[in-house]
Amino acid sequence: MTKPATSHQTLDEAGEFAESVPHEKLARSRAAQAVLWVVLIAAVLLAPAVLYPVFVMQLLCFALFACAFNLLIGFTGLLSFGHAAFFGGAAYICGHVVKVWGLPPLVGILAGGVFAAALGYVVGSLAIRRQGIYFAMITLALAQIVYFLALQLPFTGGENGLQGIPRGTLFGLFDLNDPLPMYYFVAAIFLAGFLIIYRTIHSPFGQVLQAIRENEPRARSLGYNVDRFKLIAFVLSASLAGVAGSTKAIVFQFASLTDAHWQMSGEVILMTLIGGMGTIFGPVVGSVVIITLQHYLADIGSWVQVVIGAIFIVSVLLFRRGVVGELARMLKISSV
Amino acid sequence: MLKLLLAQGMLGLNNGVFYAMMSLGLAVIFGLLNVVNFAHGALYMLGAFVALILYSYVGLWFGMSGFHIGFWPALILTPIIVGGFGILIERFLLRWLYKFDPIYSLLLTFGVTLVLQGLFVNIFSASGTPYPGMPDALKGVVNLGFMMFPKFRLFAIVFSLIVCLIVWYVIERTKVGALLRAGTENPELVKAFGVNVPLMVTLTFGFGTGLAGLAGVLAAPIYSVSPLMGADLIIIIFAVVVIGGMGSIMGAVVSGIALGLIEGVTKVFYAPAANTVIFFLMVIVLLVRPSGLFGREG
Repeated sequence: MTKPATSHQTLDEAGEFAESVPHEKLARSRAAQAVLWVVLIAAVLLAPAVLYPVFVMQLLCFALFACAFNLLIGFTGLLSFGHAAFFGGAAYICGHVVKVWGLPPLVGILAGGVFAAALGYVVGSLAIRRQGIYFAMITLALAQIVYFLALQLPFTGGENGLQGIPRGTLFGLFDLNDPLPMYYFVAAIFLAGFLIIYRTIHSPFGQVLQAIRENEPRARSLGYNVDRFKLIAFVLSASLAGVAGSTKAIVFQFASLTDAHWQMSGEVILMTLIGGMGTIFGPVVGSVVIITLQHYLADIGSWVQVVIGAIFIVSVLLFRRGVVGELARMLKISSV
Repeated sequence: MLKLLLAQGMLGLNNGVFYAMMSLGLAVIFGLLNVVNFAHGALYMLGAFVALILYSYVGLWFGMSGFHIGFWPALILTPIIVGGFGILIERFLLRWLYKFDPIYSLLLTFGVTLVLQGLFVNIFSASGTPYPGMPDALKGVVNLGFMMFPKFRLFAIVFSLIVCLIVWYVIERTKVGALLRAGTENPELVKAFGVNVPLMVTLTFGFGTGLAGLAGVLAAPIYSVSPLMGADLIIIIFAVVVIGGMGSIMGAVVSGIALGLIEGVTKVFYAPAANTVIFFLMVIVLLVRPSGLFGREG
């Protein structure tokens, strides 16, 4: 058995930020990040003036999904190949809570998030018993159970999915059937989720996660309970993915099998990879690229899959740092 | 009841030998390359399509509409074609990723899967086509005492078992296998002995993918040939491999067959669980013996 790749080669293969960061680089990075934050918030707030709101809402849901996923792959070094289970599974729970129990959409989204967190706890506890490539295979197999449950359980609507989920009202005040209140509701959820992820990464907890990514045995030898940190990161990532999926279910009034299928798990990997694993803004960029691409390529039908696969191959071979990662390297700034 | 159990057991055994052959190829590749080949399911699908194309289309391409390349030649040609395709993947794509984390190879082969599936959906549509080339000698059924069993399925079971046994023998008992195992343990040292390790790696990948192609030909007359036939199979194979542990050849074969049987028997007791029983068994194995039943990894 060949030895697993040593940890300094993992994922970002940059390793450069682990070294002491020179002052000017730090200052440049801070400035760049401030600019990016302003651009992001302005873009989110102004987008519906230029673009079709439902399209932007779809973008925001996937961007949050990808950012949640990135917390694992980019900052903990865990490749989950089963994140569709949280995204799609939570969508069904949210849809059921809103449609059948008649509760408000915000409660539905929270219920979806809580469900995804619980599911993430179960899947995470099992998957962290194995490392590396096995972790990916286990999460994939466990997610397949969720997929079959979504197909077979009586309340999910089988092949048709859960249709006609009402959008309802927010706090009894804002009618979410109007495009603008709905849009800003989704925008608020996205920004809140993004902020949670940002703060997590920059907290002491996030530093430990990155230490685990860089060198797991060393983190362990320093006395950190590595499995516990991994599990907490997994649960957090799963619950935010669930929030993203639930929100999407409210936006489209529809929870579908597609969202729970392993191909969706692959898509979120691709978004993160294209944008830049282990960068703050990368997953957002990646989801914009992929969703826009799918939007404009919708006419060519099933060729989209071929294009997506080809992009996968090319980015794995040539752009492992992703768009944001490559830009940050060229401008010599930190992408975290 | 017993009859039903035996009947489903036989069908399960049929699936089981396919699982065994697939996870065998995956394990051989993983052993030497440290690559988890996600495209294994797509290559199985490719194998079934190559058999179909050899029978139904090759004649037409050359303007001889009555000309078919039948099942027996396909049984030899398909693994070679699919294995050759595997060699191209290894040479032109995978080779560049060995120095990086193995997850990149997994993602690369995932991309290959999407491309292959997408291409075949576009060319042949997502619905299945039956394979028309079942040889006359294997048509009909045999009486096993407890059930009438299709001759072809019986052939597929026996043939796959023999292939698995041969592969086991070659790897565990011959000089070539010894080199392969040595390369698995320490590629640098084997290189120092003057063995062309990169060539060995390429051929091993070709061989593993060839096995997937072989499983595809054997599956073609049983199931309908469809672009998505390998899509869910690959996840089952992953679970089989997690249960058996990728360290041992015998482990892959035994757990593949056993899980096929269990899946078949589950159909008798509670049919809706048949899709997921393997994944639940994987959960139990992870709880009891995280490194897998035959695993060597700590």
